Amino acid sequence: MSILVDENTSFIIQGITGREAVSMTRECLDYGSKVVGGVTPGRGGRDVYGVPVYDTVAEAVDKHGATGSVLTVPPAFTRDAVFEAIDNGIKLLVIVTERIPRFEVAEMVEFANMHGARIIGPNCLGLITPEKCKMGGIGGPAADTRKAYAPGPVGVMSRSGGMTTEIANALTAAGLGQSTAVSIGGDAIIGSSYAELMPLFEADEETKAIVIYSEPGGPMDAQLSEYVTKNNSRLPIVAFMAGRFMDKMPGMRFGHAGTIVEGKQDTAAEKLRRLEEAGIAVAEEIEEIPDLVKERL
Amino acid sequence: MRFYEFEAKQLLAKQGVPVPPGGVAATPEEAERIAGEVGGATVLKSQVLSGGRMKAGGVKFADTPAEAKAAAEEILALEIKDQLPVSVLVEAKADIKQEYYLGVTYDAVAKLPVAIFSDMGGIDIEEVAEQHPDHVVKENFSALLPYSDYKMKELIASLGLTGRQLTSLTRVGTRLVQAFLNYGLTLAEINPLSQLDDGSFVALDCHLDMEEEARDQHKELLAEFGIDEDETRQGRPPTDFERRGARVDQVDARGVAGRVVEFDGDLGLVIGAGGGSLTIFDAVQRHGGRPANYCEIGGNPSMKKACELTKLVLSRPGVDKIAVIMNVVSNTRVDIVARGVVKGVIESGFEPSEKIVFFRIPGAWEGEGFKILEKYGVEYGDRTVSMSEAARRAVERLGVGA
Repeated sequence: MSILVDENTSFIIQGITGREAVSMTRECLDYGSKVVGGVTPGRGGRDVYGVPVYDTVAEAVDKHGATGSVLTVPPAFTRDAVFEAIDNGIKLLVIVTERIPRFEVAEMVEFANMHGARIIGPNCLGLITPEKCKMGGIGGPAADTRKAYAPGPVGVMSRSGGMTTEIANALTAAGLGQSTAVSIGGDAIIGSSYAELMPLFEADEETKAIVIYSEPGGPMDAQLSEYVTKNNSRLPIVAFMAGRFMDKMPGMRFGHAGTIVEGKQDTAAEKLRRLEEAGIAVAEEIEEIPDLVKERL
Repeated sequence: MRFYEFEAKQLLAKQGVPVPPGGVAATPEEAERIAGEVGGATVLKSQVLSGGRMKAGGVKFADTPAEAKAAAEEILALEIKDQLPVSVLVEAKADIKQEYYLGVTYDAVAKLPVAIFSDMGGIDIEEVAEQHPDHVVKENFSALLPYSDYKMKELIASLGLTGRQLTSLTRVGTRLVQAFLNYGLTLAEINPLSQLDDGSFVALDCHLDMEEEARDQHKELLAEFGIDEDETRQGRPPTDFERRGARVDQVDARGVAGRVVEFDGDLGLVIGAGGGSLTIFDAVQRHGGRPANYCEIGGNPSMKKACELTKLVLSRPGVDKIAVIMNVVSNTRVDIVARGVVKGVIESGFEPSEKIVFFRIPGAWEGEGFKILEKYGVEYGDRTVSMSEAARRAVERLGVGA
C-alpha cells in the first residue's frame, strides 16, 4: 500500500520538452512509472522518449485518461498550466516550478480545492512509492533512485526535495523501507502540508511510522503538532529540523522561499519545543533517524 | 524585500492612504528645511530596515527647525542593529486620540490572504494577540474573487466600531488590501493607524514587504524608488562578497550556484541544495567548525557556475580550505560539480587534494564524479558517509592542517 501514487498511477508531464523535463521523463520511464503523455503548447505531434506530446491537456487526457500531472513550466506560465490541468479533470498535480509568487499559489490552491484536486508543491521534487511509481524528479536517475528508496513501513514528508532522498537513503541503509515519500515543497504556501497528508498515511495500513524534515519559518510544524494532539494519531513521528543557526539571523532568507525567521514562532527552537510537546521525537542528526524509528515501530 | 518606511508611505499615499505631511532628508540641513516647510512640531525617524527604532534612540521630536537639524544629525550618525540609516524621515508631529492596527498578509495554513484589525494599535500585533486576543480580529479572503469592501467593513464592525470611525477605517483598510494585491506584497501593515484630535485618520508608521518572486513584475515601481536589483533588503544589507555571489549565480540560467551569505569563520563551504545547505551548516557548527560562508548549489548548475562559486569562496580572506558537501542529489550531477570545483581550485592556484578538506556528494552520476576526485587525490565520501560525518571529517582535517 501507499498514498497518492501506486503501480496503477498514470500521469502526464506539462512542459515535457524543457531540458530538465526531458531527463525527468527518462528517469520516470526507467523507474517504471506510467508517463502517458506530455504537453507543451506548439509542440504537439512530437514525442519525448516515445511519450506523445500534445498542445493541450484536454487532448492528452482525452487520449490517455491520466489523472495526474507533473508541472515543470516556467514560473510565469505555471498558474495557467495548473488551471488548465484542473479544468481538464487532473486530480493530483505535482508542481516542480520554483519562484511562483505567493498570490498565484494561493489562487491555484483555491482553484484546486473548488475542484477536489490536490496539489503537491510548488518548489518540490515530487513523490515516490518505491518500486511502484516515481512521479517527478525525486531520487534522480532510476538506478540512483533504487539505491536510495526501498519499499517498507515509513512515510516520509520533507520541505526539501534533496533531503527527502537523503533521509530515505539513511532509512534504506538501515533496512527501513518507505511506503511513500513526498517532497512537499519549500515555498511559504504549498498545496499539501504535513498535517494535510497525515490522514492519508493514517488510512494506509502499510505505513507504521512517519519521518518529517523541517526548517525554520511557517506554521506547518505547529499545525502538525496540533493535528497529532487532537487526533490521537496511531503513527509515531520522528522529526529532523535543519537551519538551527538561523534563529540568530532574523529577517534573512536561507534555502527555500518559506525559510525565514520573522517572529519567535518561526524559530527552530520554538518549533522543536512544539513538536516535542506533541510527543514527536526529534533527531539531532540524520543518522539518528533510523534508530528512533525502530524504537517506535 | 522590505521597504524603508518613507518608501512604504509613498506607496500607500499613491493608493490613497493618508500619511503625515513631511519628507525624507539625507542631511541635517535638508531635515531643517523640511521641518520649516512642515511648520510646528516635527518627529524625526531613522530610516533603517530593522524594528525597535524608538528604543534604540532612532526617533526624536523637535519643536523648531533648528532642533530638527540637531536631531537629524544625531539620528544619521546612530547605528541601529549594525545599520546606519539611509536617511531620516521628517514629519509633522500628530496629536493622537486613538491608535488602531490594520494588516494584510498570508495565512499559510488557510493558504489565503488574511486581513487583520485591532483597536489596540501602536504595539506589536503578536503581543496584542497573545495578551488581548479579544482585541484582534482576522478574516481570510479569496485570492480568486475580487475583494469587496464589505469584507473590511464587517471585520472592523466586529470589534464594535461604528459611525465615522467605521467608515474611515474601512476606507483605509480596503486601500491597504488593494496595495497588498497590486504590488505583490507579503506583508502590508499600518501600525499605528491613528485617529487625530480633529477626527481624521493617518498612517503614522507602516511596514511593507514585497515578495522576492514578485519583483520582476514591479520593475518600474522599484526603478522609480531607485531600488537596485541586487539590493536584497533582508535583515542587513548584502556584503560585497554576497553581491559577487549573486553575480556568480547569474553567469547562466542553468541551476543554482550562489545564494552566498558571508560569515566570519575560516572554513569555506561549497554546499547544497536548499535543505542540504541548512543541514550541513548546522553540522559544521555542531562539530566546532567556523564556516566562512553559506551558499547553495542545486538544480543541476553548469560546471562554470560551480567553478566560479569555488573561486569566490576561496578568494575570501581567512579561508584556508573548503568543504564540498551536499545531500544525496537527484538532478544535480555529481560529476559536473566535482569537475567545476576542482577546476575552481586549480584556477585559484591551489592543489585540489590540499584545498578540499572533504568532498561528499552522492547521487546522480556519482561514479563519474568519484573518478575525477580520485584522479586529483581529493578525499571523498560516498552515501555511506553521513552529511554530519562529512562535516566532522572536514572540521577535523582543517584543525590538523592549521
